[in-house]
Amino acid sequence: MDFVYDSEQEALKGAVAGLLGKAYDSTETRREIAKSDPGWSESTWQQLAEMGALGLPFAEADGGFGAGPVEVAIVAEEIGHVIAPEPYAETVVLAGSLVQALGTDEQRAEILGGIAEGSLIPAVAHTEVGGRYAEQPTAVTAAGSGDAWTLSGTKEPVITGERADLLIVTAALPSGGTGVFLVKPDASGLSRHGYRTADGGRAAKVTFADTPAAPLGEAGADVSDAVALAVAKAQIAYCHEALGAMETAVKITVEYLKTRKQFGVPLMTFQALTFRAADLYVQLETTRSIVMWATLVLADSDDRAFQIEAARRAKLKVSKASRHIGQEAIQLHGGIGMTAEYSIGHYTARLTVIDHLLGDGAFHLNELATSVADHAEYDPFGD
Amino acid sequence: MKLRLSEEDAAFREELREFFTTKVPQHIRDTVAARRELSKEQFVEAQQTLDAAGLAVPGWPVEWGGKDWTPLQRHLWHEELQLANVPMPLAFNTGMIGPVLANFASQELKEKFLAKTASLEIWWSQGFSEPDAGSDLASLKTKAVLEGDEWIVNGQKTWTTLGQYGDWIFTLVRTDPEAKKQAGISMLLIDMRSEGLTVRPIELIDGGHEVNEVFFDNVRVPAENLVGEVNKGWDYAKFLLGNERVGVAPVGATKRNLAAAKEAAKTAGPGGSSLFDDPVFAARVADLENEILALELTAMRVVANSSDGKPHPASSVMKLRGSELQQAVTELFVDIAGPSVIASGGGEESDIEDWAQVSAPVYLNLRKASIYGGSNEVQRQIIAGTILGLRG
Repeated sequence: MDFVYDSEQEALKGAVAGLLGKAYDSTETRREIAKSDPGWSESTWQQLAEMGALGLPFAEADGGFGAGPVEVAIVAEEIGHVIAPEPYAETVVLAGSLVQALGTDEQRAEILGGIAEGSLIPAVAHTEVGGRYAEQPTAVTAAGSGDAWTLSGTKEPVITGERADLLIVTAALPSGGTGVFLVKPDASGLSRHGYRTADGGRAAKVTFADTPAAPLGEAGADVSDAVALAVAKAQIAYCHEALGAMETAVKITVEYLKTRKQFGVPLMTFQALTFRAADLYVQLETTRSIVMWATLVLADSDDRAFQIEAARRAKLKVSKASRHIGQEAIQLHGGIGMTAEYSIGHYTARLTVIDHLLGDGAFHLNELATSVADHAEYDPFGD
Repeated sequence: MKLRLSEEDAAFREELREFFTTKVPQHIRDTVAARRELSKEQFVEAQQTLDAAGLAVPGWPVEWGGKDWTPLQRHLWHEELQLANVPMPLAFNTGMIGPVLANFASQELKEKFLAKTASLEIWWSQGFSEPDAGSDLASLKTKAVLEGDEWIVNGQKTWTTLGQYGDWIFTLVRTDPEAKKQAGISMLLIDMRSEGLTVRPIELIDGGHEVNEVFFDNVRVPAENLVGEVNKGWDYAKFLLGNERVGVAPVGATKRNLAAAKEAAKTAGPGGSSLFDDPVFAARVADLENEILALELTAMRVVANSSDGKPHPASSVMKLRGSELQQAVTELFVDIAGPSVIASGGGEESDIEDWAQVSAPVYLNLRKASIYGGSNEVQRQIIAGTILGLRG
């Protein structure tokens, strides 16, 4: 097992960090951009496209660069470092993976090519109110046959759902199972109600009323397995975003303990505080190990069940770590940590949201618990 | 970055696994698996089996019996030993004084001690802590005064693990009472059969006799038994403790013990039912397993980044988390045992299984893991100070 980036990966990391560090050079910049529609910077998105970051995981024939999960992880982590509001995990990883796995040649060229160029922002409409983290949709149903299909029902919250140029919708098929459909923004019977999210982003309630939809790939086929794998890939990308955010949150907090004075001395004089900072570091480093491992499982294993389990394990650990770090980062700052003007609270907000996207810690723990008695020692190599 | 072991490393691991599971006597591995105390003879037999195959001291310099392994290979050795229930080579010998002698001692001391240290022909004890010098080790008071060609040693050491078996003891002694704390300390090797040296047992909360007090009353030690230079003992001790921390995260053993606990839990419910039928219990085990996985993967990251052979600063993370998880598994065992936990003296006549009989003593015994090798509070101090730069 080898956890070291090669020189090209290091170069990618440096380039993305440079671009995003400049784009989000202060809390104020991020707040301004998040306040104005669509909630992120279209020009930063274009720059990411020009750099090649948006087409990394796609095949060259589809307009991508044929890179792998490690490169995707590097970009996601840099997004997390500055909590950039650009919808990378949603667009490139979740939408991209679904289209990659299911799309026809034509659909892949159009959608993946568009994502890579930065000209097309699709949103995946999967989560349903009342469905919690269910993998199978029930509220949105599909009707039809051949290429003529319609969708009915409501998806919410759909991240970037109002701005999206294309909706990629999971729906219950008449014959059972899950299908994935494409819905154009001007389709009849489609309504979108957008709003701000708890972390300063954008989401929407998206309603379909006999709305015409095109099947992604083979019409009428149950594609639950492909959806589960795309979800696992997005979970791991979110874990890397969270890792980047946690790393910055710990760094900011440590810096604050060094510089903030009370009772005439720096806060780091107080062992009650420095011990808690040490615990945050332990949490961060052990979390980094399992998240990097999950990416290696995606990169090097073909076993779908192993990949999905790796994503669950990473998401469980990230859930615990992000609560610990997010809560303590504010507490160790004191009152200043509560203000919107200061950075740290935004990190906690973002971590709280990521925790609850595609399954929180309790959800994944429950899934892992059902099979924990089936093996003796757990083998991280998947041999 | 890659997930799988290279073919070469996978073959290396297989070879070790084969050796550990076929060449180390079964009765010794059974004792470890049962989490029972090993006898001195079992320790010695296990280590001599390893040493004869060149597998006792891979971390030492090659000229003294070490192996030119990569850090990953050394990690695999460490893991496979534990997964096979082979007792770790005696840490005092192979992890502590051996590397110190190989790095700092005179050629004469190396030749006198190293081979016998690797084979456990000499059993070393550690004489560092004192009644008033625990975490604050540098405040130690045992003193050595040079008279002619002998050091005269007076004072007391404590927490000397398995000192009842010790042939020799490596000690930290104050040789310059005028110098600042750390500056006046030397490392001295003392024959435990010397006149004036007394070992007295300390009974622990598990009822066992694992540690001792060692008293020095005008013990005469040949001057050449001083390691390296006089008053440089603190440097050697820091080197030794850094190595100790790396070795004290027994991830392999913790994984193996968790697997054993899971096996026990499958029939520990009412009427022989499985405790995993209780979702709260299953979730607790799944979470613990995930934390152990995160630590195991961290150990692999640490070895990958410590190719210069020096302890990685994150070794404090390993010590801290490793001991916590080791303890968590012992706690799981007592909870699986339930009311059977009290039957520590049940013996063979009792209907209560052996794993349940030992669960409370092992749980109590392992409270030590977060105290020795630099307590977990000392590790937090190191992480805050050395890694994060938070210095009060």
